[in-house]
Amino acid sequence: MVLYFSQREIVVPGQLLAKGPYKPGNNVFNVGQNIYSTVVGLAELKNNTINVIPLKRTYVPSPGDLVIGKIINVGVTSWQVDIASPYTAILQASDAFLKPIDVTKEDLRKYFDVGDYIIAKVLTFDRTRDPLLTVKEAGCGRIDKGVVVEINPSKVPRIIGRKGSMISLIKSKLNVEIVVGKNGRIWVYSKNPKAEEFTVRIIKKIEREAHISGLTNRIKKMLEEVRLSE
Amino acid sequence: MSSSRISIRKEQRPPKLIDEEGRRVDGRRPDELRPVKIEVGVLKNADGSAYIELGRNKIIAAVYGPKELHPKHLALPDRAVLYCRYHMVPFSVTERKSPAPSRREIELSKVIREALEPALFLEYFPRTEIDLFIEVLQADGGTRTAGITAASVALADAGIPMRDLVAAIAVGKVEGQIVLDLCDIEDKYGEGDMPVAMMPSLGQITLLQADGVYTPEEVKKALELAKKGIMKIYEVQREALKKKYIELKKEVEEEYGKK
Repeated sequence: MVLYFSQREIVVPGQLLAKGPYKPGNNVFNVGQNIYSTVVGLAELKNNTINVIPLKRTYVPSPGDLVIGKIINVGVTSWQVDIASPYTAILQASDAFLKPIDVTKEDLRKYFDVGDYIIAKVLTFDRTRDPLLTVKEAGCGRIDKGVVVEINPSKVPRIIGRKGSMISLIKSKLNVEIVVGKNGRIWVYSKNPKAEEFTVRIIKKIEREAHISGLTNRIKKMLEEVRLSE
Repeated sequence: MSSSRISIRKEQRPPKLIDEEGRRVDGRRPDELRPVKIEVGVLKNADGSAYIELGRNKIIAAVYGPKELHPKHLALPDRAVLYCRYHMVPFSVTERKSPAPSRREIELSKVIREALEPALFLEYFPRTEIDLFIEVLQADGGTRTAGITAASVALADAGIPMRDLVAAIAVGKVEGQIVLDLCDIEDKYGEGDMPVAMMPSLGQITLLQADGVYTPEEVKKALELAKKGIMKIYEVQREALKKKYIELKKEVEEEYGKK
C-alpha cells in the first residue's frame, strides 16, 4: 500500500499513482496492483478508491443528462442538434410535443429553427447510434432569452458546487436564472443585463481557476465587491 | 562536370564525426542529448497543442477532436480513428522542400500514428476521429522522434485518455560507436540510425526502426542508451504538462494574496 501523490496534486497520463489493493476509480487504469492516471488532472483518494478529476474532457452523452443543444438541421420528422460532443444528437418530433402533430401538414421549422438553442434531456445513447433527445420534460424547450456560455464539460461540477452550493450562491446574490447543461453549455438569464454579463464573467473565472483551492472564497469576494446598478 | 561535383561533396564530408577526446561534431558526448524544451497550449484554436525544441529541431503539434468523422463510412464502429499528418514546411531545410507531402512524409505519418495508437484509449470514442498535425518548422535530424514526443504531449493536453505519454529518441552508430540523439550530420554520414519510441512508465516500446548494420550487443547497448534518453525526455514532457496549470495557480494565488 504505497501512494505516490498528495491529495489534489496535478498528475499526467501514465503517472504511477499507487501500488497496492486500492480500487481504480475514474480516469485511472491498473496493471495488476499498479494504478496509473490516464489524463492530466487532480488525483484524489476517497474511500480507498483512486480517482483523477480531469482538467479537460470531451462530452460523451449519457441517458438522463440535461444538455443545451443548438439546432443545426431541420428534417421532415426530426431535428439534428449539436450538443458540443463528437456525436450529433437527434430530436424526433414524437419526443418534442405532448400532443402528436401531423408532420405531413406541418413544418417543423415553426417550432425549432436552425440556430435555436434548446434545453433537452438525453433519452438514449449506446454509442452505436446517435443520441436521441427529448424536450417533453419540465424545464425543457427552446431558449428565447438570455445568453448561452460554453465551458469545458470537465468544469461543470465546479460550476454547480457541492450539492449545488456554488450555483445557488450566484443565483441568490445576482438574482439570475441559470441552467447548467452536462455538456458544458450554460444558460444565463436576468432582467438586468449587467447581472447577466457579470454572471458570464464569474462562470469564465470558475472555468479558469477550477483546479485552484479556495475557489468558493474568491467567487464570494468577487460577488461582494460588485455593484450592479439597475 | 557532374562527377567533379560529386567529388567535391565527398571532400566536404566532415573528416571526423567523433574527435580524439570522444566529442561529437556539436561537442556532445556519445550519451548526451541535445537541449530539450517543450511548451504546452501554444495554439488557442486547437483542443491540444505542443511545441518542442530539440537542439535545432523546432516542431509544432496540434490535436483536434474527438470529433464527428466525415465521410461517415470511414468511421470504425468500436473506436476512434487517429488521423496523423507529419509535414515539413518548405523552409525547414536549407534546400527548399516542396510543400506537397512526399513519400517519406506519408510513411512517417503512418509510422508516427502507429507509435501513438497503443497509448490512446481510442475505444472510449467509437465512430469519431482525432486529428493530429505535426508541422516541422526547422529540421536537424530526429524529427520523427521529436514529433512523436510533441504529439503525445499535445494529445494529453487535449484531454484524450492515454495509458502513458510516448517519448521518443533516436540512437545510432557513428564511427563504430553507439551514440544518443543523432543530429543531421551524424544521421547523413554515420553508419546507422535507430529511432525508438516508448511508453516509459509501462516500459513498452511502440516504435523501433533501424538502418545500418548492428551486432546483437550493439542493439542491446543502443536500446539501453535510448531508454536513458527517453527517461530524460519523459521528465520534460511531464513538467511541461503540469507547468501550464501550476503557473496559473501561482498567478491566482498572488493576485488573491494582494487583496
